[in-house]
Amino acid sequence: MFKYFEPNKIFSITSRAPKYVLLLFVIILSIGLTEALIFSPEDYKQGHSVRIMYVHVPAAWTSLGIFSAITFLSIIGYIFKIRNLFLISKSLAPSGLVFNIIALVTGSIWGKPTWGTWWAWDARITSMLILVLFYIMYLVAWRIYENNEKAFKITTIITILGIINVPIIKYSVDWWNTLHQPSSINILSGSSIHVSMLFPLLTMTAAFALFSLLIFLMKYNTELIKIKNKGLDRL
Amino acid sequence: MYGRKVKLRFFFVLLVLLTLVLSVFVILKSLEENVVYFQSPTEIKALSEIEKKKIRIGGMVKIKSISMKTKEIKFIITDFENEINVIYSGVVPNLFTEGKGVVAEGYLKDKNFFLATKILAKHDENYMPPEVKAALEEK
Repeated sequence: MFKYFEPNKIFSITSRAPKYVLLLFVIILSIGLTEALIFSPEDYKQGHSVRIMYVHVPAAWTSLGIFSAITFLSIIGYIFKIRNLFLISKSLAPSGLVFNIIALVTGSIWGKPTWGTWWAWDARITSMLILVLFYIMYLVAWRIYENNEKAFKITTIITILGIINVPIIKYSVDWWNTLHQPSSINILSGSSIHVSMLFPLLTMTAAFALFSLLIFLMKYNTELIKIKNKGLDRL
Repeated sequence: MYGRKVKLRFFFVLLVLLTLVLSVFVILKSLEENVVYFQSPTEIKALSEIEKKKIRIGGMVKIKSISMKTKEIKFIITDFENEINVIYSGVVPNLFTEGKGVVAEGYLKDKNFFLATKILAKHDENYMPPEVKAALEEK
């Protein structure tokens, strides 16, 4: 028995939100890009290729954050049978996948001039690739089992399987020898990244989060319209 | 409070998670040797016999250890406990320098000599502008 929720009420808010989010995204992205590409200094060792990091790291963070959110929402939705949470999860996934792929591609572009190779099968990179596969699995499951209860169960299982990978991604660089460097940002013990580089990094992260929110709202609105078109006021 | 079904589903999720975490942990623990991307010189020294297959060794390039001839480059990889001599012919990445991280792929000749077929530079987690680096070095 799934609990009722009222798509119309939600829709009246979410249908108006995208334009404000878009405006905010454009502003933050312009600040972030100007900082990252023009005002931030080059690195003492990597030179200008450090600028790839301002896309790479925020993209990786966003994709990890979205996957964690999807898992959390799916589990809660599964336990308490809340249909709305599944629609939210479903709408969040596409931008997570896109940012995951962006993180892998930019990492590869950075790896060639820095490490001397496009790809290495080290723990961090491989586990990120596995996350892409989980995202794809998740989205394909939604395609196969259109919004019915089977889809809710199967996608929840996929997120539970995939979430094990998230701490592995995070700690892979500490647990094993990897080609990928350990994390530069540590909340507890201070960061090994200079402040002038931290600012564009955080701005770009905010921009990517806003972009995900924007795509989410658009996807979510589509889901709500689909429900409306079925002529259901409540679901 | 919550119904019986809700509690059951909660325990189901909890059990699935617990089982997964445990099995993944055990699998990764037993595969550790293959999960690591490279071995340190100390680990090489501890080997009981020399492996003939391709391996990777990583560490720091010892300061003042690089010597280049026309086509051949020799240097020492150190983890500040043990060292290993590396011989390589080919192009090295731009970031390959003394005192920085490196990963060499190739074959062990013996426990002190390594014939590399590929050199990768390992970047560390420090990011700073050149001026800051210069200021740090002055101190």
